[in-house]
Amino acid sequence: MIRIKCPFCGERDHSEFTYGGDASIVYPALDAPAEEWHEAVFMRENIRGMQTETWHHVNGCRMWLIVQRDTMTHEIRSVRPAHEGLASVLEDDQ
Amino acid sequence: MTRYSAWNVFKNGITGQKGWDRVWRDPQPKDNYEIVIVGAGLHGLATAFYLAKNHGIRNIAVVEKGWLGGGNAGRNTTIVRSNYMMPGNRFFYEHSLKLWENLSHELNFNVMFSQRAHISLLHSPAARDATARRYNTMRLTDTGAELWDLETLKREVPHLNYDNARFPIIGAAVQRRAGSARHDAVAWGYARGADQYGVDIIQNCEVTGVRRENGRVTAVETTRGDIGAAKVGFAVAGNTSRLWRMAGLGKLPIETHKLQAFVSEPLKPLLDQVVVFGVGGAHFYISQSDKGGMVFGGDLDWYKSYAQRGNLPIVQDVAEAATSILPCLGRVRLLRHWSGVMDMSMDGSPFICKTPVDNLYLNAGWNYGGFKATPASGWYFADLIANDRPDPIIENFDVGRFARGVNIDERGAGPDPKLHG
Repeated sequence: MIRIKCPFCGERDHSEFTYGGDASIVYPALDAPAEEWHEAVFMRENIRGMQTETWHHVNGCRMWLIVQRDTMTHEIRSVRPAHEGLASVLEDDQ
Repeated sequence: MTRYSAWNVFKNGITGQKGWDRVWRDPQPKDNYEIVIVGAGLHGLATAFYLAKNHGIRNIAVVEKGWLGGGNAGRNTTIVRSNYMMPGNRFFYEHSLKLWENLSHELNFNVMFSQRAHISLLHSPAARDATARRYNTMRLTDTGAELWDLETLKREVPHLNYDNARFPIIGAAVQRRAGSARHDAVAWGYARGADQYGVDIIQNCEVTGVRRENGRVTAVETTRGDIGAAKVGFAVAGNTSRLWRMAGLGKLPIETHKLQAFVSEPLKPLLDQVVVFGVGGAHFYISQSDKGGMVFGGDLDWYKSYAQRGNLPIVQDVAEAATSILPCLGRVRLLRHWSGVMDMSMDGSPFICKTPVDNLYLNAGWNYGGFKATPASGWYFADLIANDRPDPIIENFDVGRFARGVNIDERGAGPDPKLHG
């Protein structure tokens, strides 16, 4: 079991989360050439080693997270909210 | 090389088993080969065998980082079927099944191919209609397909859980010619067959680099020295992307995921067919090996991974599926459980194709379906390498198909590799 330190909920089993995919992908503009869309939708680095990926804490706070994880050892280096500044905004509201 | 026959078994039985030869040699790598295949898994070995047999090319090396058949060849659930609908897949897998039907004779090695029928359980009228369409399409390829009503199914497989309120069984889609084979025997049979033709199978020889000059591959760098080659073929499921980068070719429409499988302690004969239970997101398939072990598996581990070990939540999921469809397995103990890493492609279909490098060829992206594809994969990959052009049957098995708007998406799941289970 991989344990993910959710910045909102604390450390939880990965079974509470769903895996999104490669977080390094940036989708091009809607009117970008088809080649750019092909690259973003279909082509993957498929790194063996530390990769940046998205996870969704679907059975928890339902937040999307950016996780740096080793795809060989499953070691997690960092976890942060997918939307920058979200944590501080939530704290300011309180 | 001793030919296997009833007479030889008898003769050696009364002469102390001293008349058997080594099944394949353990050669030192030569400096140069006409063709180097990377990966002595099922597909690599089959490719070498058909290159020698169908195309008369003998100066071939198959290099393997571990031992022969130690990767996904030994990490699957040995199901053979051809119940595919999409153009391309349909002809390809049917050809594969036809090759399976004669494989033991062709290799002079008993691969224990058993056409015991593949039964997909149906749980709703909508599923039955969709499957009827799929199976009718299969009949155009003479694949042979049947829809069983509940009475027939109960007669053939009486001990399924028919009293399931949540997922009531209403019938089954059946391919009678499908079945199972012994995975090790397939690897050993192809290795022995290729070796007989003079193919060098070089184990413990990991490729560490791919040397390119003037737009061509000239050699593969390995832990046992550099090996020159006029043509190179990659057949390394799971690690294709790494090798692709070694060749300086960038990205591929592939992600590496892992799939677990399980075998129970041996039981007396319990299940005569391959049974598939797939409903509500669950996916479960089970058969019984000739040794008596229940061999079964389920979904991917759901996150990208190169680790050849599985996670526990999937063990639980698979166990739940097993006991919900075959409650009689509730007290059966697991003997072993394993995990293999596989190329999950963007549409769930494979690649057998030329590459941007003239003399480099790719065989990859087999998702869940590599075992059954073994003979045809070797057949068409050998044909591609020997003739330097794809056969029309595999014309859309190239990595460029997505750019042309071609998806061979059997499941209709879209471009997300983990969904093509």
